[in-house]
Order: sequence, then structure tokens, then C-alpha cells
Amino acid sequence: MQLSVKGVVRRFGPVAALGGVDLDVAEGEFLTILGPSGSGKTTLLKTVAGFEIPDEGAVLLGGEDVTLSPPRRRDMGMVFQNYALFPHMTVAQNVAFPLEMRRRPREEITRRVEEALRLVELQAFGERLPRQLSGGQQQRVALARAVVFGPRLLLLDEPFGALDRKLREALQLEVRRLQRRLRLTTLFITHDQEEALIMSDRIAVMERGRIEQVGPPAELYARPATRFVADFLGESNLLEGSLLDGVAQVPGFGGVPLAGAHPPGTVTLLLRPEALRLATEAEAAPCQGLGRVVETIFLGLSAKLRLQMDGGAEVLARIPLRPSSPPPASEGATMLVGFSPEDVHVVPRG
Amino acid sequence: MSSPGDSRRTLARRELGLFLLGLPALLMLGVVFAWPVLRLLSLSVEGGTLEHFEKATLDGLYVTVLADSLKIAAMVTGICLLLAYPVAVWLSRAGRVGAALGLFALLLPFWTSVLVRTYAWLVLLGRNGVINRSLRDWGWIDAPLPLLHNMGGVLIGMVQVLLPYMVLPIYAALLRVDPDLSRAAEGLGAPAWRSFLRITFPLSLSGVSAGCALVFVLSLGFFITPALLGGGRVIMISMLIEQQVREFLDWPFAAALSTVLLAATLVIYALIGRLTRGGRHATS
Repeated sequence: MQLSVKGVVRRFGPVAALGGVDLDVAEGEFLTILGPSGSGKTTLLKTVAGFEIPDEGAVLLGGEDVTLSPPRRRDMGMVFQNYALFPHMTVAQNVAFPLEMRRRPREEITRRVEEALRLVELQAFGERLPRQLSGGQQQRVALARAVVFGPRLLLLDEPFGALDRKLREALQLEVRRLQRRLRLTTLFITHDQEEALIMSDRIAVMERGRIEQVGPPAELYARPATRFVADFLGESNLLEGSLLDGVAQVPGFGGVPLAGAHPPGTVTLLLRPEALRLATEAEAAPCQGLGRVVETIFLGLSAKLRLQMDGGAEVLARIPLRPSSPPPASEGATMLVGFSPEDVHVVPRG
Repeated sequence: MSSPGDSRRTLARRELGLFLLGLPALLMLGVVFAWPVLRLLSLSVEGGTLEHFEKATLDGLYVTVLADSLKIAAMVTGICLLLAYPVAVWLSRAGRVGAALGLFALLLPFWTSVLVRTYAWLVLLGRNGVINRSLRDWGWIDAPLPLLHNMGGVLIGMVQVLLPYMVLPIYAALLRVDPDLSRAAEGLGAPAWRSFLRITFPLSLSGVSAGCALVFVLSLGFFITPALLGGGRVIMISMLIEQQVREFLDWPFAAALSTVLLAATLVIYALIGRLTRGGRHATS
């Protein structure tokens, strides 16, 4: 169901954990709140869930104002960071809990618990206790419990934090498929930008109690609206330059012609590491400079190189590696570094 | 690189180290507890006769007193549980300062001896005690209420002394219950009272069981408080044992009574443990 957060403010003493947040989540959409710890994302989630009452603003669910409704009346399924499975109940009893609270008939509960457990492929584990399951299985039980009663909204509070990398990736895709199949409107909280890029229809980046930018992952990555978003999402080179007549003078690279109209003065240019070309591949690039390799990091599929530009800043380049590629340049080597102005994004001042 | 043999040896050495650290306590218990208990057991069957046990378990008087003692202990345990549970819940939710103050108030009585506290009850509960006099001065009663030298007085005194032993284990168990669990229950549609009954209470049963066992066992052997506040009208088994030793110098019979008390205590302890095994999940 459609969720709207309108002008929500939440203060703790003199500190505003949420400083006027507006957010719309469309029906069936998977929206991620991405932000560092202390950015207010957990407070926002608690406000939507009903565990926090905002000082100002409103929360609307399907057009209905639920700002003051207690959590139990909101019909939201929530997966907690530590899953919060009831340790003294079996898996089946855990999943049945929300249905029992809604006083559904016995047969319906049995049937829907079975369905939900099949959905997360745990049908054989109904009689186990949570502590007899692995972390990934517990996570799936928590998910089954959150969706079994057909919630109006699914809330996920950093549910993958405690899992190892392989399992986390598998579960991320599983949760995404489940969410699409059930067409559940979902609000997902994380500080992991990679996770946000993988899972979301749209991402809202939060910082200091405010939403900096909302948009599809590809848009946020390519055209960040603020310096914070550019820095937080993915790896970035933020180059300072001075703009005159549509050409930015960037130390180390010379003049970079910019498309579109920008006010003259200092500009910040975002250049993703994968936009940089090195050595012979840089020869045809419109913008060039000389750089000395400071560090080379081999990553398998690619290599990352930190380069000190001649008369300029340090930049990070990422070059793809094929099995036949020669080994990436070693430290101390000097080479040509280039890029094309189309790959440059001007970060608005703010 | 250490071979498996090495690590096994390290492990064995660590176990030995832990054993040595525990040794002084073990010796202490052996000398001042296990040995006297064994001596007592052997005293009770001195001369190879079981007549003392026969008297202790078949004589109507002693059986009645033992049954009364069990009954009093059960009542004290029940009252303590009813009073302690809400206090423990309050403490577990009181926040840092509130909990510190509450615990301080709870433990304050431990700074005075049981004897002093029992005499204080005499002053409070007596015919011309503080309570009766106040009630009469306010015109609420004409004749003094019988608060002392009866079961009521004994229960009041014992509950007051034993209450902390019930509060503390329950409080500890409640603290171990993850607050996210009741939040999750509420989010899944449970009103606060149902979330308490289905989640918080069952998860605190390990503490309830520990508190009940502690209070019951301590009540069963209580001596000073029932002796003073009961005024001879409430007899507990420990008082009979003391009488046998001090007045009749009948050590073997006192030993037999003690053994019966010890056996009853162990049986009850095992029963409480079995009854509340369901609450054990909370601790894992």
C-alpha cells in the first residue's frame, strides 16, 4: 500500500534526529533508506512502524493518517536487525503469532503458516526452535513471520548485517524476488551502499536527519545531487576546478569543457574511477594529465590504482582486467591519465 | 603451527588451571559443609538402628510439623512471588537511575541482621505496637488486632526477609529478555498485555523458578523469625531440631529430623526445577 511521510520532525532534546522528512513510496515499490549510522534512518523507520511518535508531520498509509496509531493497528510486517524471533516458540508458532493476534480460525492459520514457510523454503523446519537454526534460516523465519498476515507495508531494518558475505548476497536476491512476487510495498534500511544499489527500485540517501536525494540507483550513481551523495554512493573522485566560459580549469588535467549552463566560479566535478583511462588507452581522451602510481590494488576482475596527478590532486582509477591483460602498472610508474568530458558530472553546490 | 596433540595438551592444562583455582572453595565446602553433613547422617543411624528415622517419619507430631513447615514455606513462596514479580518488572523498566535506586532500597535491609529486623517487627506488630496503636488512635478499631504470635505474623516477617531473594532472580531474567521481542510482538498485532503473557512472562520463568527454589528452601529451614514472631504457636521443623539438641540433648534424633528436612528440601528443589523447565529457553 502506498506510504507517504510528510514533513516529519523528531527531536531528542536539542538534537533533531529527523529534520523535516518528506518521502513517498509507491504501491509495490522497494525503497531503500541509505545513510551512515546516526543519519536518522532508524528513527524514520521507527516512526513509520509506530514505535516513535513524530513531534511534527504525518505518516499516511494508503491515504489514511496513521501518525498516532499504535504499531499493532498498522498492519506492517517488520524484520528486525537481530530478527527478534521468540526463542521459546517453534518456527511454526513464531510464524503463526501475527495470525493468532488477528484471531484467524485454526485451519486458516495452519494453512497460511505452511504457505509462508514454503515461500522461504523452510517447510521442514516448522517444529524447530529458532536457536536450532542457522543465521540465514532465522532471517527467513523472520521474513515469513513478517509477510504471513499480508501486511500493508514491509519494513526491513538492516536484516543482513549479521550474515557472512556469500549468504548475504543470496538472501538479498531472495528477499527481492519474494517482494516482487508478493508485490509488497517495502521500506528497507541499510548503511551498505552496495546492498542499496542491488536491491532498490529507488534509494533515498539520508544524512543528519534529512533526505539528501531520492531516485533510482542508476540516477543517484550517475548524477548525485550533493557532494555527500556522490561520496557516499560508490567510489568517487571529486575534483575542484574554476569555471569560466563553460570550461573548467582542473589542476592536473587542464581545461574540461562542460555541457549545460553552470554559474561561474568554483565547481566540483564527479569522476567515477571507472571513467578514467590509463596509459595507451588515455591517448585519445580529450582531457589528459600525467600521474604517478602511488598504490596498485589487484581485485581479480579489475584493479584499482591511486595516482598522484602532476600539479593536481590524487585520483582513483579502476581498470577492468581480462585473463590476457598485462599486469597493472606497479607503484612509482608515471603514465598518462585521461577521461572524456561526457563522463563528468557537475555536483551542484549546496 | 601447533599439532592437535599440542592443543589438546593446552586444553588439559587450562582445565587443570581452572580446577586449581576452584580448589580452595572446594576444600572449604568439604571441610565446613560436606563433612558435618556426613557426620550428621552417621549420627542419625548411630548404633545401627533406624528407630530415630521411624520416630521422625511415623510419629504424628513430627509429621504434622514437617507438613506445616512445607505449608508455611509454600505460602511464603507464593506471597513473595506475587509481590516480587511486579517489582521486578518495574525495576527492569525503570532505567539506569531508577533501577539503581530500586536495587539499593531492595538490598538496604541486608545491612541489618535478621534478628534486629525480627525484633523490629515485634515492635510494629505487638498488641501495643505501632500499628495497633495508630489504628486505635485514628479510631479505626476498638480492640487490638492479633498481628503477632500467629501465622500472619510469621508470614509477614518471613516474606519481608525473603522478598529480595525472589525479586533479584526474576529481575535478572527480565533483563535478559530482548526488548525488541515485545516490540516485535506489538508490531505483529499484539496488545501490550498479550505480548507480556505470550512473550515476556514465559521468558522470565527461569528467574521465577530460581526465585521460588531459593525462597522455598530458605523458608523451610527458617528459625529465628518463626520462633520470635510465632510466639510458640507456630512450630517449624527447624525449631523442633533446635529443641532436640538444646533441651533434650538428643543428637541422634535431631540428626534424623535434619536428614528428613534435607531430603524433603532436595525433593522439592528437583520438583520446582522440573515444573519450570519450560522457561529454560530464555537463558540460551
